[in-house]
Amino acid sequence: MNVAVKPLVHQAHELGFVRRYIFSTDHKVIGKQYMALSALMAIIGGFSAYIIRWQLAWPETSIPGWGPIGPDQYNAIVTMHGTVMVFFVAMPFLLGGFGNYLIPIMVGADDMAFPRLNAMSFWTQLVASMVLVASMFAPEGPAASGWTAYTPLSDNPIYTGVYLGQDLWILASALEFAAFLMGGVNFITTALNLRAPGMTLMRLPLLVWMEITAAVVFLLSVGPLIAAAIMLLLDRRLGTSFFRPDKGGDPLLWEHLFWFFGHPEVYVVALPGFGIMLEVMPVFARKPIFGYRMMVYSTIVAGLLSFIVWAHHMFVSGMDPRLATPFSITTILISVPFAIIVFAMIATLWHGSIRFSAAMLFALGGLASFLIGGVTGIFLGSQASDIYMHGTYFVVAHFHYTMFPVTFFGGMAGIYFWFPKMFGRMMNEAWGKIHFWLSFVFFSGVFIPLFLAGIGGQPRRIYELSSYDMLKPLQPLHVIATVCALGLFVAQLPFIVNLFFSMVRGRVAEKNPWHANTLEWTLDSPPHHPNFATPPRVYRDPYEYSVPEMSEDWLPQDQPPTLAAATAAR
Amino acid sequence: MLAGWMPPNVSTFGGEIDHVVYLILYIVGFFFIVAEGLLIFFAISSRRKALRQAHYNRGDTPREAAWILVPALIVLGLDLGIDSAGHRAWVMEKSTHPPGAIEIKVTAKQFNWEFTYAGPDGKLGTADDVTVENDLHVPVDQVVHLALNSEDVIHSMWVPNFRLKQDVVPGRAIPAWFEATKPGTYEIACSELCGFGHYSMRGTIVVQTAEDYAKWMNDNVLQASAASAPN
Repeated sequence: MNVAVKPLVHQAHELGFVRRYIFSTDHKVIGKQYMALSALMAIIGGFSAYIIRWQLAWPETSIPGWGPIGPDQYNAIVTMHGTVMVFFVAMPFLLGGFGNYLIPIMVGADDMAFPRLNAMSFWTQLVASMVLVASMFAPEGPAASGWTAYTPLSDNPIYTGVYLGQDLWILASALEFAAFLMGGVNFITTALNLRAPGMTLMRLPLLVWMEITAAVVFLLSVGPLIAAAIMLLLDRRLGTSFFRPDKGGDPLLWEHLFWFFGHPEVYVVALPGFGIMLEVMPVFARKPIFGYRMMVYSTIVAGLLSFIVWAHHMFVSGMDPRLATPFSITTILISVPFAIIVFAMIATLWHGSIRFSAAMLFALGGLASFLIGGVTGIFLGSQASDIYMHGTYFVVAHFHYTMFPVTFFGGMAGIYFWFPKMFGRMMNEAWGKIHFWLSFVFFSGVFIPLFLAGIGGQPRRIYELSSYDMLKPLQPLHVIATVCALGLFVAQLPFIVNLFFSMVRGRVAEKNPWHANTLEWTLDSPPHHPNFATPPRVYRDPYEYSVPEMSEDWLPQDQPPTLAAATAAR
Repeated sequence: MLAGWMPPNVSTFGGEIDHVVYLILYIVGFFFIVAEGLLIFFAISSRRKALRQAHYNRGDTPREAAWILVPALIVLGLDLGIDSAGHRAWVMEKSTHPPGAIEIKVTAKQFNWEFTYAGPDGKLGTADDVTVENDLHVPVDQVVHLALNSEDVIHSMWVPNFRLKQDVVPGRAIPAWFEATKPGTYEIACSELCGFGHYSMRGTIVVQTAEDYAKWMNDNVLQASAASAPN
């Protein structure tokens, strides 16, 4: 076996700088590239959030660093914020970043199944990001029809005054979807076909299960939306009328096609975030995952259910009212698999030996916050209470309370956890904990007031509140939210300093600093390319911590049973 | 908790909607407190201590799994309860349209609400109709039928005090109804992004006593119709 592998190692060393670090086909480099790209896009998404928050708190003032803002520009910035954060931050970070970096080294493969396709996925995503950024400099400004691009607002340019910006938005979205199709094919093939000997499906780390479920869900749901995007472009540029009622089309068709993808997309983002928390928790609780199989089946059931719930976004859209109850039932049913996942996560902590590292704090904080996002979803999944809550700030607060915990808290847990593997050095734990507590407090301070604004009846995407007498009393809530949002931005400074400082000056990391069991921790930090000098062999489940009668409280997946027995005897 | 933040309800079906909101609040509130409580309790009580090893339990025996699956089954049962309560309220507001009503045509357009009343002939869609802008006058304790139309993009008619929300979609005439229980002036907001003026697409519903409404009707609809009628 060694003979076959060695020439490859040799070859990898001969690649020049450009092939190794820029046009690389190494999944680890591509994963980092995805993370860096999503971090850059997060600056745009974060700055747009800053503009929105400032405007809502202090509407008559000039926004520092931007200037005064008009209602048309406000709509454009709201649209960009949603599009950037969902498609260009959350997805590339959790799937492109963590998925690429971790799937091969967790399943014991030397690279993705299709390394060149993987590279193409990243470069397509880069082009998509550039197209979206370019659209912000279009003559009439970027798209201003919301991230959902409801027709005919997005269809006929006279309604927003945006011509090129909306076309580029469609193009950027379609390219982004293409990028993730390529990535998704790779995830699924790699996890199914390139597993090391002994790595059965029921020995896969849960993150891998979650990433491939997300990839399958994405693969099966995105087709209709790519078609819809092209139909929208044809409507705008070639005079067709798929979605234009003045010429016989139907706007509800767009809503159906959008949400048929749009709801599964939520799970595409949420599952990998959960997967990260699930990798971190057993390591720092020193306990096996409670009910591994229940977790896997619940993940699959949640993925399947996500295909038959989309019309809960459309209860009051004017669709046939008889459809409401069936979709309400399927939607609220999703609480069952998620309840199992959440209960099992909590049970994993029970009688553990928990070390509150920065990564563990982010995982626990993510779970605690996600619970709020989960339970508030029931108010929106119920056809009756959705009549009241739909389209209000309650929705805004709800989906931020689902997306932010998985993307930010889950993502940060992943960074603090795998940073030693990625960069060969340790991050500063104390600053990591400060980063967590500040982020947790300020995040709650932003979105809990917004739940109340929604219950007070405030519609979304409102440029300022003073047009309505009923909204004026809600103004102080927005001031609290904005002050906390500013705090949330400032709270990222310790992280940024810690990140870059640790890359250069952090304590040098050993192979397995957390004493974790999964295969990536058997590699050098950072791993070489190809990953495994000798193909690993897997003997057991991924979360065998604190096994009785053992002297160590961890038992790596690749440790031969005889050796394990010897350790036990020692 | 919610009562302080939700505007007072003044429609006949609004109480049903509120009932569902509270039902959900109590159910998910209970699970939320239990789950967060256990999370915090387990995290703190299981923190690392010298000379204490974590329990090795994988949760894969039926006995252990029951700790998860039984609560999940309770969740399932409560889910169906929420669905069924929600169904009743939904049918009342959206699927049944009580008879004996005043018919009014609503036209939404960037960024105004237009309300069309039948003229002296009592029929909508005839030459003597009268259209007023942004202020909808209706009598108290009477069923009002709306036919919602849009001239351009999707809008949404949102009346928090009535617990009434219905998208207004171009190319469709979507029916809606309400019966107000208390005179007063209530705001209509547009709750679907409809362009740069979305934030100020405000209307009002003026709920009047039968006498006041009759007087308003006479002054603003019947006489206006007569004044504009071709001789």
